[in-house]
Amino acid sequence: MTSETCGACALPLHSGPPPSSDPTSSGHLLPPSAGEGALAASLFFEISIDMAVDASTQVTETSGLSAPILTLTGVSKRFPGVRALHNVNLNLRAGEVTALIGENGAGKSTLVKILTGIYQPDEGEIVVSGAPFICTGPRDAWAAGIAAIHQETVMFDELSVAENIFMGHMPLGAGGRIDWAAMRSRTAELLKRLEADFDANTLLKRLSVAQKHLVEIARALSHDARIIIMDEPTSALSAREIGDLFAIIAQLKRRNCAILFISHKFDEIFHVADRWTCLRDGEEVGHGAIADVAQADLVRLMVGRSIEQVYPKRDVKPGPVVLEAEDLANASEFDGVSFQLRAGQIIGLYGLVGAGRSEAMQGLFGLSPLTRGRVKIDGREAHIRSPADAIRAGLAYVPEDRQIQGVVLPFGIRANMTLASLKAHARDGFLSLAKELQTTKKFGGRLAVKAANWEQKLGELSGGNQQKVVIGKWLASGPRILILDEPTKGIDIGSKAAVHEFMGELASEGIAIILVSSELPEIMGLADEIMVMHEGRVVQRFARGQASAEMIVSAAIANEDAEAPCAGESGEALP
Amino acid sequence: MSLAALFRHRDAALALIVAALILAIGLRAPVFVTPESLIGVLTDTSFLFMLTLAQMAVILTRGIDLSVAANLALTGMIAALVSRAMPGLPVAGIIALAVALGAALGALNGAFIAFVGIPPIVVTLGTLSIYRGAIFLIAGGAWLTSKDMNPAFLAFPKSTLLGAPILIVIAALVSLFFWALLNHSRIGRGLYAVGGNPVAARYCGIDLRVQQFLVYTLAGAVSGLCGYLWVSRYGIAYTDIAQGYELTIIAACVIGGVSIAGGVGSVQGALLGALFLGVVVNALPVINVSPFWQMLISGAVILGAVVINARSERRSGKLILRGSRRPAGNGARA
Repeated sequence: MTSETCGACALPLHSGPPPSSDPTSSGHLLPPSAGEGALAASLFFEISIDMAVDASTQVTETSGLSAPILTLTGVSKRFPGVRALHNVNLNLRAGEVTALIGENGAGKSTLVKILTGIYQPDEGEIVVSGAPFICTGPRDAWAAGIAAIHQETVMFDELSVAENIFMGHMPLGAGGRIDWAAMRSRTAELLKRLEADFDANTLLKRLSVAQKHLVEIARALSHDARIIIMDEPTSALSAREIGDLFAIIAQLKRRNCAILFISHKFDEIFHVADRWTCLRDGEEVGHGAIADVAQADLVRLMVGRSIEQVYPKRDVKPGPVVLEAEDLANASEFDGVSFQLRAGQIIGLYGLVGAGRSEAMQGLFGLSPLTRGRVKIDGREAHIRSPADAIRAGLAYVPEDRQIQGVVLPFGIRANMTLASLKAHARDGFLSLAKELQTTKKFGGRLAVKAANWEQKLGELSGGNQQKVVIGKWLASGPRILILDEPTKGIDIGSKAAVHEFMGELASEGIAIILVSSELPEIMGLADEIMVMHEGRVVQRFARGQASAEMIVSAAIANEDAEAPCAGESGEALP
Repeated sequence: MSLAALFRHRDAALALIVAALILAIGLRAPVFVTPESLIGVLTDTSFLFMLTLAQMAVILTRGIDLSVAANLALTGMIAALVSRAMPGLPVAGIIALAVALGAALGALNGAFIAFVGIPPIVVTLGTLSIYRGAIFLIAGGAWLTSKDMNPAFLAFPKSTLLGAPILIVIAALVSLFFWALLNHSRIGRGLYAVGGNPVAARYCGIDLRVQQFLVYTLAGAVSGLCGYLWVSRYGIAYTDIAQGYELTIIAACVIGGVSIAGGVGSVQGALLGALFLGVVVNALPVINVSPFWQMLISGAVILGAVVINARSERRSGKLILRGSRRPAGNGARA
C-alpha cells in the first residue's frame, strides 16, 4: 500500500456517518471506486445504523505501541490458475488482538496455512521476533512460538487432556520413557492458569467444544506460543461459551500474546479486536485500529470490487411456477426456508460459509431428512425422501465438492456422464452402450469437455473438465429444476465464463435454476432473485438489481436479528 | 509394445505369466500339458472361478465376504443330509435348494451390513464362525461320505455336457452371468459406482444399502451352488471342508487386479487371477514342488501384483499437454 493510493481515498474511516475527509485518520482504506462507493456507503448506513458498534466501549487506543512481533511483508502465494495471496502485509503486536476479515475465498485460510507452515510463500518475507521465519512444517511454527486454534478442533478424542496438550513434545525421563508425572503436573499448572474446570486425566471426548478450545490454548501455551491464531473459534460455541473464550483472550492479551482473530461475526470483532486487516481477492485492502472504524466501512472494504464484470443473464420471460418450497426445516441446520421458482428463472442463494445454504438444498434433494415443510412441483405435492425420488421429480443437484460428491474417479467419462440417468440408458435392466455414447457425445460436446476419448478416466482430467462432466451428468438426467452449488469454485476464469454463459442458455430453455454461490458478482449478475441466508434462515430477499453488494453482505452477516440473545445490544434500543 | 507398457496392461501380463508358467512346467513334465491334464486343471479350478467372481462383486462395493467358504460347507452338508433323507429328490431340486439356502445365508450378511450398518469384515467374520458351528450341530459332528449319498447326487458333477465337464460348463455360465451383470446392467454399474465414490453415487440416487444387500445375497447364492457341487464331487461332507478357502478366493481377486479399495476390477482379471492360483496348486506337485513352496509362491505373487497395481496407478497423470494422448485401450504413451 502506498501513500499515493491513500491520497485517493475518498472515504476515510470513522465510526460515525456521514463520511468526511479527514487526513489524520490513522487507518488505511482502499475503497473500490470512489464515487460509487460513497453512494453505496450512505445507503448502507441507513439500513445498518443499528448494527454499528459503539466505539466508546472499546479498550484503549493502541497507537504507538511496541514493534510488532510478527511482520509479513509482500507475501504472495500462487496455486495453478489462482492467485491466493498477492503482496500481503500484516503486523501482529504483543498484547493485541488483530482481526483478519474478508469474504469467503479472500485468502484468510491461505494466510493461516502459511503462518503454520503448511504452505510456503512464493514471495515475501516473514519476521518473527526480529528473526526471519522460514517455516517448512508445524514444528517450525511451534519453535517460532506460533500456534493455531482451528474452527473444528483437530485433536485426539480417545486420549487424555494431558496427552493432547503434549502430543509431539512429551517430557521424557530416563531412557526416553515418557515422564507422566511431569506431564500431569505441567498440564495441571497450565489448566489452572486458564481457570479450566477439568483435570489433566479427563478424556478429550468428555469435553465440550469450548473446553476443547481451552485445551488447544493450553497446548499453545505449552509451546510458549506468543502468537496465537484463532480461525473462526466461535462458530461452534454457545453464547455463554463465547463469553468464556473472550475472557481467555483478555487473559492472553495480559500475558503479552499477539492474537490473530479470524471471524465473520462483526459483533465479536468489535468486541475483542484492537486492530484489523482486511483481505479481498488475496490482497490486503486496508488495516487500522478498530476504534477508528465503523462496521459499514469494513463491509464496504470486504466486498468493494467493481461490479462491472456483469455476467450475461439472458432476458428470459419466466414461465409458470415449477417448484414451491414451503417452510423447509431440519433438526439443526436450517429452518423456515420458503421460495417459489419459475421456469427459466435463476434464484441466487447467498450467505457466508456455514449459513446453511448447501444443507437446505441437500434437504430439498432428499439427501437429509426434513423435519418440516412441503415441496410442490408443478403445484402438486412431491414426497422427496431420497435422491432417487428427487431425480424422478425432475431435480438435479450439482454439488459443491466435485471430488467427494461429484466424480467417480475410476470411471471413464461415459460411465460418469450416465450415472444419474442409468434408467434412461437401459432396457430391462441392461445398459445400451450406443445410448450411453450418444448422451456422452451430446453433453460432452455441448460443454466442450477436453479429453482424448470418451472412455478416459476422470482422474486424468483437469478440475474444470471434471466439473463439466459433473454438470453434463446432471443435464443428462433431463432436469427441469437444476441446483448448482458453487459451480465455479476453484475453476479458472475461462471455464467460469463458460459456466455462466451456459447457465443463461439453460434458463432460456426453460430450466429453473437455484444458484448457491459465495461470489457476489456471480449472484448479482446472474440471479433474477437473491435470497440471503444467515444461521440457517432466509433473512433477506432482493429482486434483480435492487440490492448493492453492501446490502447483500450486510444481510448475510446480520448479527442483530430480532431473535438475538443479547437483547441489550439489540438495534431496537437505538434511534 | 514395450515390456513396461505391457506390464501396465496387467490382464495381458497376467495371461502371459500363466502361459509361461504352464510352458515351463511342461518342459519339466510334458504330461502336464496334455489336453486331458489341462482340462483337469480347469475342472479343479471351477470352484475358484465362480467364488472369485462373486467375491469380486463384493469387493467392488468396498466390502469383503469372509463367510463364503463356511457358507459353502454348510449348504453342502445340508444338501447331503436332505438328499439322504429324501433319496427321490432330483438333482435339479437339490441345486435349487442349495442356491436358495446359500442366498439366504448371504442375505443375512447383507441385512446386517446394509441395514444395521456393521462393517462387512466384522459381520462375515461372525457368520463364518456361526456357519461352521452350525455344520457340526446339524450333522451331530458326523462325517457324511459317498456311502451316505445317492448315485444321482454323486454322478452329476462328473457328468459332461457336449463333451465338456459339467463343472467347467457351470463355471462358464456363472462367468457369463457376472460379465453381463457387471459390464452391461444397471445393477452392475451401481456396484462399481458405490465402490468408486459412495457419496457421488448417493447423489445420483444409487442406494448403497440396496447394492450391499444384493451383492452379499448373490455371493451367498454362488457359495450355495458351489456347496452342493463340492460335496458331491469329493463325496464327503464334514465341518472343516474348504477351511480357509476364503483367503485363496480373496488372493485370486487381488492377483487379478481387483482393488481392495473398491470400484476397480474386471471379470477377465478375476478369472485370470483364479487360473493362476489353479495352475500353481495343480502344477507344482507334478514337478515335485512342496506345498510350502506353493504357499510361498502364491504369497510372493500377491505382493508383486499389488506393487504392479500401485505403480500403474501412479503412472496415470493428468492430461495437460495439448495433443498428448493416452487412450484407455492400450495404456501406452507415445
